[in-house]
Amino acid sequence: MEKKEYIARRVAKELGDGNVVNLGIGLPTLVAKYVDPAIEVFFQSENGFIGLGGRPEEGNEDPHIVDAGGQPSSILTGGAFFDSAFSFCIIRGGHVDATILGALQVDMEGNLANWIIPGKLTPGMGGAMDLVVGAKRVIVAMEHTVKGKPKILKQCTLPLTAKQQVNLIVTEMGVFEVTPDGIRMIERNPDYSVEEIREATEAPLLIAESAR
Amino acid sequence: MNKCISMQDVPRHVKSGMTVMVGGFMGTGGPNEILRFLAESDVSDLTLICNDTAFGDFGIAKMVERKKFKKIIGTHIGLNAETVRQLNDKEIEVELIPQGTFAERIRAGGAGLGGFLTPTGIGTVIEEGKQKIAVNGREYLLELPLRADVALLFGNTVDRRGNIRFHGSTQTFNIVMATAADRVIVEAEKLVDIGGISPDDVHIPHLFVDYIVEGVK
Repeated sequence: MEKKEYIARRVAKELGDGNVVNLGIGLPTLVAKYVDPAIEVFFQSENGFIGLGGRPEEGNEDPHIVDAGGQPSSILTGGAFFDSAFSFCIIRGGHVDATILGALQVDMEGNLANWIIPGKLTPGMGGAMDLVVGAKRVIVAMEHTVKGKPKILKQCTLPLTAKQQVNLIVTEMGVFEVTPDGIRMIERNPDYSVEEIREATEAPLLIAESAR
Repeated sequence: MNKCISMQDVPRHVKSGMTVMVGGFMGTGGPNEILRFLAESDVSDLTLICNDTAFGDFGIAKMVERKKFKKIIGTHIGLNAETVRQLNDKEIEVELIPQGTFAERIRAGGAGLGGFLTPTGIGTVIEEGKQKIAVNGREYLLELPLRADVALLFGNTVDRRGNIRFHGSTQTFNIVMATAADRVIVEAEKLVDIGGISPDDVHIPHLFVDYIVEGVK
């Protein structure tokens, strides 16, 4: 299984019936595909709707319905549109159960960096800072390393998106909880040994019984 | 009272050096016809308040291409390579604001508030130079209102009095911006007579709208 698919499938298992969820662009958008069909999850799009559907077939796009990446999208039956101030009332006000987003770096305190690489890349934070501060649960979905270098660090070196807000990290190697004592691996992909995972992680790892 | 003006009248209200709010999100729900028209006009040195500068043929991207802005205040510019280039080459100034803070600052500007307290940005570069206030043991940043000289907005259906109804994900920043500028011009995708929108369906009541431009289909 491809890494991204593995990660998306695993993240989908974190979602519960009736959850309101915001998916970041890139890898997190794949999560929608793998939600258990027995439950209902409502995807919120920060540009102003709940009930985000998939990309319509070519020719069936409505030019007035786009996702947070500006791409053609759709709304499911029972969904609702609203304006940006209201959208961020939902987000900042704690009405989103989980936000799932990518990261450039995460550290053992749950700090997240994902909006800027000074001097190289200045896309902007969009809604990420509000989402990470406001959502009840912050789940980082990312590949474990970038060009072989760890992304789970002792301390982020890039400018932060938010301080101490990350709850869970899901990578192709396993599932990691941010605890007051540091990063704890609670699930391990059997394709990787504990040693391999330690090597790919800069932050010291606590290993739960379930991941040994 | 006639609020309808022609596209050719728009530049009289958007003058060089002004601060301009523009509705929409990645171009969708933006006044694209007005923006494309202004891109070809003589206006310059504008300060833009808009979530993003979109991409491709969207009106705001055309204005960036024609270098109409000296400063851009928004939340995301990454999808527009030309905006990024102008920033990197120091041709323009860009101020990036978290999107919820961006929306709420505009809301405060239109709602007569002196500012608001938000937890967003605490512990990041966003807090630099801002006052921190603790309420019930939690830290917040004091964020100040944002207003503009003119707001350029979009509406899917607009009646001749200025009531606006949206369709799809076009509401975005149009609603808060309608309240936070000295002059508000709306591009109507479809212009209808008064009564053409049920009072139950009005998203922006007419009192906020000064001028209506019928979009070219």
